[in-house]
Amino acid sequence: MSDKTIPSNKSPLNDAGTRALIFQIVLLAVVVFVGYYLFSNLQANLADQGISTGFGFLNQPAGFPVLIHLIDYTEADTYGRAFIVALINTVVISLMGIVLATVIGVVMGLARLSNNWLVARLATVYVETLRNIPLLLQMFFWYFAVLATLPHPRNSIIFADFFLNKRGIYSPNPIFQEGFGVVIAGFILSIIASIALIVWAKKRQTRTGVWFPAYWASLGVIAVITFLALAVSGFPIEFDLPQKSRFNVTGGMVLPPEFVAVLVALSTYTGAFIAEIVRAGILSVNWGQTEAARSLGLKDSLTQRLIVLPQALRVIIPPLTSQFLNLAKNSSLGAAIAYPELVAVVMGTTLNQTGQAIENIGLCMLVYGTLSLTISIFMNWYNKKMSLMER
Amino acid sequence: MKSNVGKLLSTAAIAATLSTAANAATLDDVKSKGFIQCGVSQGVPGFSNADSEGNWTGIDVDACRAAAAAVFGDAQKVKFTPLSAKERFTALQSGEIDVLARNTTWTYTRDSSLGLDFTAVNFYDGQGFMARKDLGVESALDLDGATVCTEQGTTTELNMADFFRKHKLSYVPVVVQKADEALAAYASGRCDVFTTDKSGLAAHRSKLANPADHMILPETISKEPLGPVVRHGDNQWKDIVTWAMFVQVNAEEMGITSDNVSKIKSETNDPGIARLLGKEGDMGAQLGLPADWAYNVIAQVGNYGEVFERNVGPSTPVGLPRGINNLWTEGGVMYAPPVR
Repeated sequence: MSDKTIPSNKSPLNDAGTRALIFQIVLLAVVVFVGYYLFSNLQANLADQGISTGFGFLNQPAGFPVLIHLIDYTEADTYGRAFIVALINTVVISLMGIVLATVIGVVMGLARLSNNWLVARLATVYVETLRNIPLLLQMFFWYFAVLATLPHPRNSIIFADFFLNKRGIYSPNPIFQEGFGVVIAGFILSIIASIALIVWAKKRQTRTGVWFPAYWASLGVIAVITFLALAVSGFPIEFDLPQKSRFNVTGGMVLPPEFVAVLVALSTYTGAFIAEIVRAGILSVNWGQTEAARSLGLKDSLTQRLIVLPQALRVIIPPLTSQFLNLAKNSSLGAAIAYPELVAVVMGTTLNQTGQAIENIGLCMLVYGTLSLTISIFMNWYNKKMSLMER
Repeated sequence: MKSNVGKLLSTAAIAATLSTAANAATLDDVKSKGFIQCGVSQGVPGFSNADSEGNWTGIDVDACRAAAAAVFGDAQKVKFTPLSAKERFTALQSGEIDVLARNTTWTYTRDSSLGLDFTAVNFYDGQGFMARKDLGVESALDLDGATVCTEQGTTTELNMADFFRKHKLSYVPVVVQKADEALAAYASGRCDVFTTDKSGLAAHRSKLANPADHMILPETISKEPLGPVVRHGDNQWKDIVTWAMFVQVNAEEMGITSDNVSKIKSETNDPGIARLLGKEGDMGAQLGLPADWAYNVIAQVGNYGEVFERNVGPSTPVGLPRGINNLWTEGGVMYAPPVR
């Protein structure tokens, strides 16, 4: 591209811009042609071997059960609905994993920098152990080793209406009766009031310097208003209580061990990486910033929150995004321990029953691509928001 | 920039070559590479299981060995690819393996829409349930509300659902990716019952810490004819794998074993046996195989009865009775078309 246009030769072929354009067009044509060739070749070969194609199978009854479904699902539902069920399971475990991993990571990252010798060493042991053991092994550990220590359903650990055994944690399931709308309205109202309170407190602090415990106060506001709403509408909640039956505990809400094992493994594993990212971020903030904050008379907790963390975040966010993406993709390992996420249900059972590898793997790639891009876009937006404002 | 375009073109050319599925005759491929690539399970004792030295044994392993004996005259010319239930069909469709012998059930959907052809049945099976004896369950119909462990990507998953739906019983399904982990989940108490084909139950029970603590419930809830599978559309290869199985059944019927096959071949006056063992006629040429291919199969792998006894018979840890898998002349359903 370094060839310079010689002024005397006016042929458009010698113009760098035109030539670049021609190359782009040729490239595009080649890509389109190769793509078309591969696609038509694929279709011909599939037809040749008598393998069915297309997405028609999504409307066929699936016939297989799914352990965890947050929307109604039975064996009589379609492959399409099974796909949605699996999609929800993947998204839920990814989002919960991201939140939990972030909390664990921040706490452990701060703990590694703690002045307390024991705390710092314990955090080091946590990080070095968990990030150096393969995730799949950790999932097997949580699922098989920890599960084995829990009692059989017949000898469940019972606490009030809560049951704990090898099959999961069973709790009362709230069933909302008529009039629950009042409670929801009260809850939303209380949240709006809290936001208003926080905004007011902040403004007043900026103006007068007087501090008000707005966060604690808003928690109180939410609790009181919601409780009042409950009382006014006559507590419109009934509970479906778990009960012992012949084989299992039935009724109530159940948190299956598969879910717990995947969530714990994902969040502690990724948390170890996040801890290192947080530690690196904090160490990247010049020590002079802390000294300056102290000389202004800020407490240590305020120094961390107002001076160090906001600056550290700029270093933390980009690698943190990668960890979030890893976590979302690693959730696919849940298939190994019976957590019915996308890979298990779509690339496992559906693919095997229908034999349509290309469609099913394509669907999964599309979902993971979309999920990862969504996380990326959100984190890039957040990164931009937190980046240094040049004034 | 020019060199970039060049790179892209060559990459595209490679991709195009790769996407051209090998649709050539499998027999030619197998002959040119010198061995049969055989897809087997990741360890089902009696069917396909590797010992500590990596030697594979089992009824499915012998199906591949029989095909190798037929093609090469050497039953050892087989390489094995252990596959999970959910990987197996894709591995065969994509040409990664030549034969799939992985206790695979012959069903309508698999035969019609997966691009596969089933050859012969080498084991007639049916799905059942295994439970702990102290659970106090007598019959599968007592299982209302039970938690059931099974392996993913099998007919088992669907049969289980059908069984519970048909009898209006509730259940909790725990579907694990690999059979070993499904069994581990059952062993750890995650499930009340473990379900798979009955032969598999016996095989899996032999792997548990105290096999005697577990019982196989009497009900058989499905038909599971198991057999080797090949790609759809390669009839010659399908015939070879099919007939490698059929000659073993015919040999048992004729009383030919791996021990006496040499003697019988040299002494026989029976034209049927002479045809089978390649002494008369051109039975091999019709399949593109050596004339003595059936002789090699019987001499190196044995007849069907020998294969059964050696791998899953009463004297083995799996310990299955011959039952329905006996010859048709002995009250079973093993029946092979005549070699003629």
